[in-house]
Amino acid sequence: MTALAQEGAALAAWHYRRLLWRRALLVMALALLLLLSVLGDLASGASGMGLGQLLHGIVDPATLSATERVIIWNVRLPYSLMAVLVGAALALAGAEMQAILDNPLASPFTLGVSSSAALGASLAIAYPLGVAWLAPSAQVTVMAFVFACLSVVLLQGMSRLRGAGVESLVLFGIALVFSCNALVSLLQLLATEDVLQQLVFWTLGSLARADWHKLGILALVLALLLPFSLRAAPAMTLLRMGEDRARSFGVDTRRLRFASLLRISLLSATAVAFVGTIGFVGLVGPHIARLLVGEDQRFLLPASALVGALMLSLSSLASKLILPGVIVPVGIVTALVGVPVFVLLVFRRGRKL
Amino acid sequence: MSLLIDEVAVAYGTRQILHEVSLPELPAGSLVALVGPNGAGKSTLLRALAGLERMKGGLSLDGQDVTRLSFAERSRRLAYMPQQLPPGIALGVLESIVAALRVSGADDLLGNAYEALRQLGVEALAERSLDSLSGGQRQLVALAQLLARNPQVLLLDEPTSALDLHYQLRVMGAVRERVVAHRLLAVAVLHDINLAAAHADWLVVLREGRVVACGAPQEVLQPALLAEVYGVEARVERCSQGRLQVLVDRALA
Repeated sequence: MTALAQEGAALAAWHYRRLLWRRALLVMALALLLLLSVLGDLASGASGMGLGQLLHGIVDPATLSATERVIIWNVRLPYSLMAVLVGAALALAGAEMQAILDNPLASPFTLGVSSSAALGASLAIAYPLGVAWLAPSAQVTVMAFVFACLSVVLLQGMSRLRGAGVESLVLFGIALVFSCNALVSLLQLLATEDVLQQLVFWTLGSLARADWHKLGILALVLALLLPFSLRAAPAMTLLRMGEDRARSFGVDTRRLRFASLLRISLLSATAVAFVGTIGFVGLVGPHIARLLVGEDQRFLLPASALVGALMLSLSSLASKLILPGVIVPVGIVTALVGVPVFVLLVFRRGRKL
Repeated sequence: MSLLIDEVAVAYGTRQILHEVSLPELPAGSLVALVGPNGAGKSTLLRALAGLERMKGGLSLDGQDVTRLSFAERSRRLAYMPQQLPPGIALGVLESIVAALRVSGADDLLGNAYEALRQLGVEALAERSLDSLSGGQRQLVALAQLLARNPQVLLLDEPTSALDLHYQLRVMGAVRERVVAHRLLAVAVLHDINLAAAHADWLVVLREGRVVACGAPQEVLQPALLAEVYGVEARVERCSQGRLQVLVDRALA
């Protein structure tokens, strides 16, 4: 290489490293923003307990009254942390879905995973299983999880059919959304007034169902799966540049998709089973992350999880502030914010086609 | 280094796409163009060589049976370039090459990626985003992704489709230069018979999954063959610079 070429190579390497640093810094900035949002979320609530008092109570629980202890440990902390974990799980699942299906409109919500969970939960509410050793609320969670997993198994089955391309998978997902929604509506039509109220409340998606047990399970699922997602990230980046290109670089794309769909099913099924249908975080989160850090999945996957967590944490904060004294189900807040963004994405996509 | 293709057959279910295709030993330093009408099996043959289609038959590189190699090793030696780099990918040019190399486990990712761009004369694009490039520039970047892996055989699926005249020449010229300088072998599916005649050392003409003719362009390109394979009445003439030109007069009924 000539001296000029060496100089060019050194300059290109410097630019490349600067780009990586910028992306890493953006991921860190997102983490910082998330921390601030969680603090804000923790500090807000009907009881009027401020952040200082709350943090002091967490560090030194002996100073708390019984009511304050309940507010902090049974309400505020589980709510805020659940928002973070559910947001992270849904957006991570959405980012992986968009990468492996090569479709910017893919997410657990748009491909029917959430709707299937809602159908499972609705069935459990309308027709309790009658299992004595499982509390009714746990039955609902289990049924939601089972149905969410079933939907991903169906999607998996579709993807393995010969001749079924990515487009058919997406269309199948959309068909699943409509079918499940129709069945949920049927259950609602047949339900008594009491059951109907429960059905509607479940499908709204709310952090009010958070408890430490669920938090532990979701945190464990995320902690176990994130390393596998990051390990698959380079191959997924290549997959974004085309299936044949990825295969020609030695990537086993079928195995990559299978493993990814497995992670997606666990992440989204667990999240949806615990808090109900929360739309758009899994769809919009990865898009915002992509605008910030680009398509390199090593940055995009963690950034998506952070953006999702941040979105839901902010939504949780907003859900307490919209109507004073009332906590609006967070699913309503994300849908209200998410719909315009979704429409915008569809139109941007439309321009490119 | 040489590649031997021996009775390669590919079938989709009961439909036979390639019928035991055999070719003379293809030597290093040459550019082989696969030509023929639509549906002749050109791309399928290329994909079979790349290991992307299940095939029967033999394929050996320097006497070594390629079909027994691991997929990763096979794809490192016989590198395949699909037709187009898809749009809408938020990656930089250098970044996209580094990302591709990372998966194939190469050393000195940055150095190899930049060198590949430099050898194609497009190092100025290194910091641009993929989406800001023209079709021709994108194709050169895709070629750089391939060359950065230092493969022995380049398998190019219509590398000049959708490119203007300038980039057709640049891409084919770059392939030719690398093939000669590094003693590689390039096998390219080409639709433009004149482009194939101008750049290839060998033409392999396929029709309905069978090899109809194989040899140097001046031997293969005959009016009778063009009539038989393409169904056209054509003349084969030399231009003022001595290059072969196929001039099509009319389509035969």
